Amino acid sequence: MSTYLDHAATTPLLDCARDAMVGALGSTGNASSLHRAGRASRRRVEESREVIAAAIGVTPSEVIFTAGGTEADNLAVKGLWWARTGQDPARRRVLASRIEHHAVLDPVHWLGEHEGAEVVWLDVDSEGRVDPGQVRAELAAYPGQTALVAVMWANNEIGTVQPIGEIAAVCAAAGVPLHVDAVQALGSIWVDPTLPSTLAISAHKLGGPLGVGALIARRGLELTPLTHGGGQERQVRSGTLDVPAVMGFAAAVDHVLGDLAEQSARMAGLRDALLAGVVALAPDAIVNGARGGTDARLPGNAHVSFPGCESDALLMLLDAAGVEASTGSACTAGVPEPSHVLLAMGVDPVIARSSLRFSLGRRSTAEDVDALLAALPAALTRARRAGQVRVSAQMAAAVREGA
Amino acid sequence: MKVLAAMSGGVDSAVAAARAVAQGHEVTGIHLALSRNPESYRSGARGCCTIEDSRDAWRAADLLGIPFYVWDMSEEFAADVVDDFLAEYAAGRTPNPCLRCNERIKFAAVLDRGRALGFDAVCTGHYARLVDGPEGRQLHRAADPGKDQSYVLGVLDEDQLAGCLFPLGDSRKSEVRAEAAALGLAVAAKPDSHDICFIPSGDTAGFLRGRLGEEPGDIVDAGTGEVLGSHEGAYAFTVGQRRGVGLGQPAADGARRYVVDVDITRRRVAVGPAAMLDVDQIRAVRPRWCGPELVAPAGLGVQVRAHGEEIAAQVSPLEDGFIAELTTPLRGVAPGQAAVLYSGTRVVGSGTIARRAG
Repeated sequence: MSTYLDHAATTPLLDCARDAMVGALGSTGNASSLHRAGRASRRRVEESREVIAAAIGVTPSEVIFTAGGTEADNLAVKGLWWARTGQDPARRRVLASRIEHHAVLDPVHWLGEHEGAEVVWLDVDSEGRVDPGQVRAELAAYPGQTALVAVMWANNEIGTVQPIGEIAAVCAAAGVPLHVDAVQALGSIWVDPTLPSTLAISAHKLGGPLGVGALIARRGLELTPLTHGGGQERQVRSGTLDVPAVMGFAAAVDHVLGDLAEQSARMAGLRDALLAGVVALAPDAIVNGARGGTDARLPGNAHVSFPGCESDALLMLLDAAGVEASTGSACTAGVPEPSHVLLAMGVDPVIARSSLRFSLGRRSTAEDVDALLAALPAALTRARRAGQVRVSAQMAAAVREGA
Repeated sequence: MKVLAAMSGGVDSAVAAARAVAQGHEVTGIHLALSRNPESYRSGARGCCTIEDSRDAWRAADLLGIPFYVWDMSEEFAADVVDDFLAEYAAGRTPNPCLRCNERIKFAAVLDRGRALGFDAVCTGHYARLVDGPEGRQLHRAADPGKDQSYVLGVLDEDQLAGCLFPLGDSRKSEVRAEAAALGLAVAAKPDSHDICFIPSGDTAGFLRGRLGEEPGDIVDAGTGEVLGSHEGAYAFTVGQRRGVGLGQPAADGARRYVVDVDITRRRVAVGPAAMLDVDQIRAVRPRWCGPELVAPAGLGVQVRAHGEEIAAQVSPLEDGFIAELTTPLRGVAPGQAAVLYSGTRVVGSGTIARRAG
């Protein structure tokens, strides 16, 4: 039995979500069909929409189902861009934080490459926090020229929670839409969906099924569709909805928002014990992300650099010992890159490559933390030895080249 | 043993890993990311490091039920293999990058890292045999002469050999394919790789021109010194080469002309008749011994190409290498290639062939 400490990647399906899905799997019916079967499916979708809307505090028409967080982010970033530049071609600036998830980072970058957007990357401090003052200054310096701002609610790697209230106020005052990726935040901390113009959420990060998410978009907000077809979702998103997935999503959201405060406090307690234990075992370990205040960091997130170790070696050794963690950053053909988030925080690239993320969830227990702490010392010893081998080899190569 | 199975995505390394599992070893599969060149991400590639190869390796590991990771060795590979490859060509020599990769990457960087992480050996799909005897471990030719790859392993020293596992050494390729099919491995019918993995186009001259730039010079007649033509970089020529020299006219006697010398400092490529290619003596530097070092002259076999024939020779140690007096002349010996020494089927060691004096 392995110890799962990668809830930021995906979470176990909640029983209530599974039950809702299993119940729906036997039913035929396209939610867009007009007959009885279609109406039954439509009813399931709309009831799910209402459950989600009520749980998070928006109106049902503000919930646009998508195939997940990435699609929701893309719909917001590109949909807002095309809608805003269509209304006012002078708005060509896009502000986005340097630590966005690739689901936001890459579409913003793409707009710069292919659509002539002037991208302004918002800096973060050493704890990974965006400065609302920079957003205000950028919007004020180029009045009427910004199409949208994108800042995530909480970072997926280091867990830092952004000052979304202040940033939203700045954007609202300037009349610029704000997109917030709340994929990691929803279900972990309280998220006020009325602050931004658009909010991306995902089912599988909070105990729901894979392959479904939503963009929460304010009523009346204009978005240009990315996919064209039946226009099932508010004429903005096309494609027949996956009814069981939508039902599982709704059940999960309803469940996790029901006991959010209690679970957050419990996870934060476990996380603090985990970090204290890790630092006791490895006094040179560096805890990345927000340091002060319980609201400054996602309760389940622990992100640590182990100088002298390479994260992929640690990951493999922990995996062999039955502990599943993550580097938290994107991979190319399975090769870990130094995290753009840590680099934006000013972390040395070598240190960045020595980092691991442990993310706790609702099912995590003190035994899980103990299992990690039991496996870590041997893994650290071997990973340090392997790190030393690489350093020695590089020095030998340098000597050969010099010779 | 705890074994790291280097899985390229091909059939040989997949079956080697399967045999290591069947032998009762605790096996972890790794795929080496050796290049980040987007060129190598094309589909249908037969080199290594493509997304497709990585996936094939991954699926084989899934089927064997072993953990699988991708190890990024691209920096080491660039420094120790690709840069070395370019430097050797730039110096007028013809390197074999597979030997360098085995010497510096697979059985050095990977093995060292593996040992540090608690592994005992690196398992690959090379066709070669390891024989453990009273005098230690020996490297021998594979049972299948058509597939024997001991030549490219002739750079491994005793310590490296101690960390090797070659489960295919006693098998024929056809058996390996049949075994892969029986195991249900999707790569059972995948074609063998032949190209230099970091030059997926196969255009070595173009790769060199792109990296080393143009260095025009003359093509001359080796006998008379007469200028016969020009070239864009002497480094792109290999001693023994006949095709692609680009001379319009044949020799006066109508005989085929071959590259017989590449002089980088003078940017001069000399061509001449085949007879000029015959050598009866090979001097090699930078020796690598796969066991005890050669200390006294001995009658051994010499092989200078991956699938070349073995020639009997009297081999004498030199201060930095060895000299081999061949019993029959060998044609087209290019400086930079490895001269691998054999005693029967045992690999004694190897050296890098030096340029002929004069």
